[in-house]
Amino acid sequence: MKIPFSYTFRNLWTRKLTTLLTASGMALVVFVFATVLMLEEGLRKTLVDTGSYDNVVVTRRSSQTEVQSAIDRAQANIIESQPEIAFGADGLRMVSKETVVLVNLNKRDSDKPANVVVRGIAPLGLALRPQVHIAEGRMFRAGASEIIAGQSAADRFKGAGIGERLWFGLREWVVVGTFDAGKSGFDSEIWGDADQLMQAFRRPVYSALVFKLNDPSHFDELKTRLESEPRLTVEAKRESTFYADQSETLAAFIRYLGLTISVIFSIGAVIGAMITMYASVANRTSEIGTLRALGFRRQSVLAAFLLEAILLGMVGGGVGLALASFMQLFTVSTMNMQSFSELAFSFTLTPAIMMKTLIFAMVMGVVGGFLPAIRAARLNIIDALRAV
Amino acid sequence: MTAYLKLVVKNAFRQKLRTALTMLGIVVAILAFGLLRTVVDAWYAGSEAASATRLVTRNAISLVFSLPLTYYSQIKQVAGVKSVSYANWFGGVYIREKNFFPQFGVQTSTYFDLYPEFVVPPEQMREFLRDRKGAIVGRKLADTYGFKVGDQVTLRGTIFPGNWDFVVRGIYDGATARTDTSQFFFNWEYLNETMKKTAPRRANNVGVYVVGLASPDVAAEVAAAVDATFKNSLAESLTETEQAFQLGFLSMVETIVLAIKVVSFLVIFIIMAVMANTMAMTARERMAEYATLKALGFGPQHLTLFIFGESLFIALLGGAIGVGLSYPVVNWFGGVMGSLFPVFNLKPETIYMQTGAALFVGAVAALFPCLRAARVRIAEGLRHAG
Repeated sequence: MKIPFSYTFRNLWTRKLTTLLTASGMALVVFVFATVLMLEEGLRKTLVDTGSYDNVVVTRRSSQTEVQSAIDRAQANIIESQPEIAFGADGLRMVSKETVVLVNLNKRDSDKPANVVVRGIAPLGLALRPQVHIAEGRMFRAGASEIIAGQSAADRFKGAGIGERLWFGLREWVVVGTFDAGKSGFDSEIWGDADQLMQAFRRPVYSALVFKLNDPSHFDELKTRLESEPRLTVEAKRESTFYADQSETLAAFIRYLGLTISVIFSIGAVIGAMITMYASVANRTSEIGTLRALGFRRQSVLAAFLLEAILLGMVGGGVGLALASFMQLFTVSTMNMQSFSELAFSFTLTPAIMMKTLIFAMVMGVVGGFLPAIRAARLNIIDALRAV
Repeated sequence: MTAYLKLVVKNAFRQKLRTALTMLGIVVAILAFGLLRTVVDAWYAGSEAASATRLVTRNAISLVFSLPLTYYSQIKQVAGVKSVSYANWFGGVYIREKNFFPQFGVQTSTYFDLYPEFVVPPEQMREFLRDRKGAIVGRKLADTYGFKVGDQVTLRGTIFPGNWDFVVRGIYDGATARTDTSQFFFNWEYLNETMKKTAPRRANNVGVYVVGLASPDVAAEVAAAVDATFKNSLAESLTETEQAFQLGFLSMVETIVLAIKVVSFLVIFIIMAVMANTMAMTARERMAEYATLKALGFGPQHLTLFIFGESLFIALLGGAIGVGLSYPVVNWFGGVMGSLFPVFNLKPETIYMQTGAALFVGAVAALFPCLRAARVRIAEGLRHAG
């Protein structure tokens, strides 16, 4: 026969302070665990959304990032004339020859400098990224000292808001619009006319070429041809892979740091649960004896105490998760060590993370409650009844 | 007093399992706290080791842009400048991308004079100056990758294309424990001569100038004077103290540093909840005892002393073990991280903070039980059964 659920529930309710302390310890652990997962997911989502599967980025071989890369005009022309490149509605090839540099801008809130990506794009650059559209103001005019800023960059950096001006490369640049890049990495960038920016920075070479494939399955063929072409020293990657690769270090760092911290924290929380459950068993020795004398079996007692521990874990898990869900309101910005530039991303809660977190909370409860539950189940009826 | 201590210790070990678990929790928490604080300190190590008599001049746009070599003589003429050297960030890959360490092409004859904390044996320095492909590596770096004097090291350039061969000519030690000995220095001329051949447009460019000052007092004037020299030129400069330069890097990752800091305090809070729980349970079980003591004539202050003593005893013993374990764990962790954290030492301040945290946890945990014990009425407490 099973011990009724209400017995377990009331046990927790009677000793409110202890339950509260134990559950809040667990809630904090769960909160940290969930936050780390959400952060990693947010970063992943930001960078996955940045790249598109049927776009290709060509950079100089072994140059890891666009900023380090250089492709001269002759090479660019060779790449541009590949037959796999799609044609746009106006009959032009869907290619953007881009120049990417980092500019030091000061943050609005702290006045501290950070590296912001300034990307010079060709007229077709916008069409190549369907997730990007102008949110406010207008597109920059080709040939003018005008720039547009991603929403996140516009919010965070001095002089990057619409109507404001930035000074770099011996010129004043007017921000004529802001663009919404659907929470992708482009939101942290500033875009302008490639030819103007190259002139201002005195860079006669492009940083990278981005183009759309007319058929995504032609990628491997094209990659082999470009990389074995003797006149070129380049590397071609799908845009989606390119951006995912750039966040590897940061994602790994967040993951390892988060896991280490979660493990350390959960040791504390498990110990807390164990202490609570041991005390719960010790306090109720005669009660357990009575239950056994009434005919409840050992496994029923074991189940009841395990359930109590799991319930404790679930309370902690629920509270922790609820707290963590508020983190979605915040955006984190930090330097991506690989690209050396500032990147903004937000905490993202997915059903998978909710499941993982609740399972984690439950496991903590089970681990903490298992040994005490065994002690409870093992109690000898006579001894237990005799206990005060 | 001895009787009091005896009672406290005896009380603490009455529930052996519970005390042991609580203590284990405190050990883990104090250890984790120490480790996280050391990680935070490691980020700041670069700026702390910075000298007040050195300025760094870089391109005003950002570090990605270089400055012309011709600025060298112009900076040298600025009043208050004692010596000037320059360096280029190389950003090469040693075998695999995860083997990261900083590499700089430096102006060999002046650079090491500006950095007296890099101690190189004179005969190794002579060899380094004679060999254009020579390199000087830090002790920690040499230990990590097994570099010995005379070894050939090949780096794959990411910023400067191609494979670059170097010969290790010297190994430098740090003058203090805070000196970064995970860097790789080589001859700037090697870089420049190669660029002249392969990419002439990029030759004769310098990443940063390091400016040595006659005295730290003139730092602000010199920085302003240097930047004024290159105002409205194609490559405007930005000059700041070495410390500000290092802090600039740090501010870019400050979110991460902040998160680690917050987490290090959270871990203390969690253990506080665990410890408070332990003490609350202990006090509840002993209500009858407290009432008996009161009936015998002990006042609330005595009970408070007992409970505080027990709580502090458990917390401090756990804390002491945690601090004791911190040394080996920090050493081990620093070894595993290798050149990612060039300077990774447990600071005395961290140990004070760990001890303070243990004391705090013990004191806070005793608070509620003390109040309850002090308030309990004798008759009610005597009736109280476990």
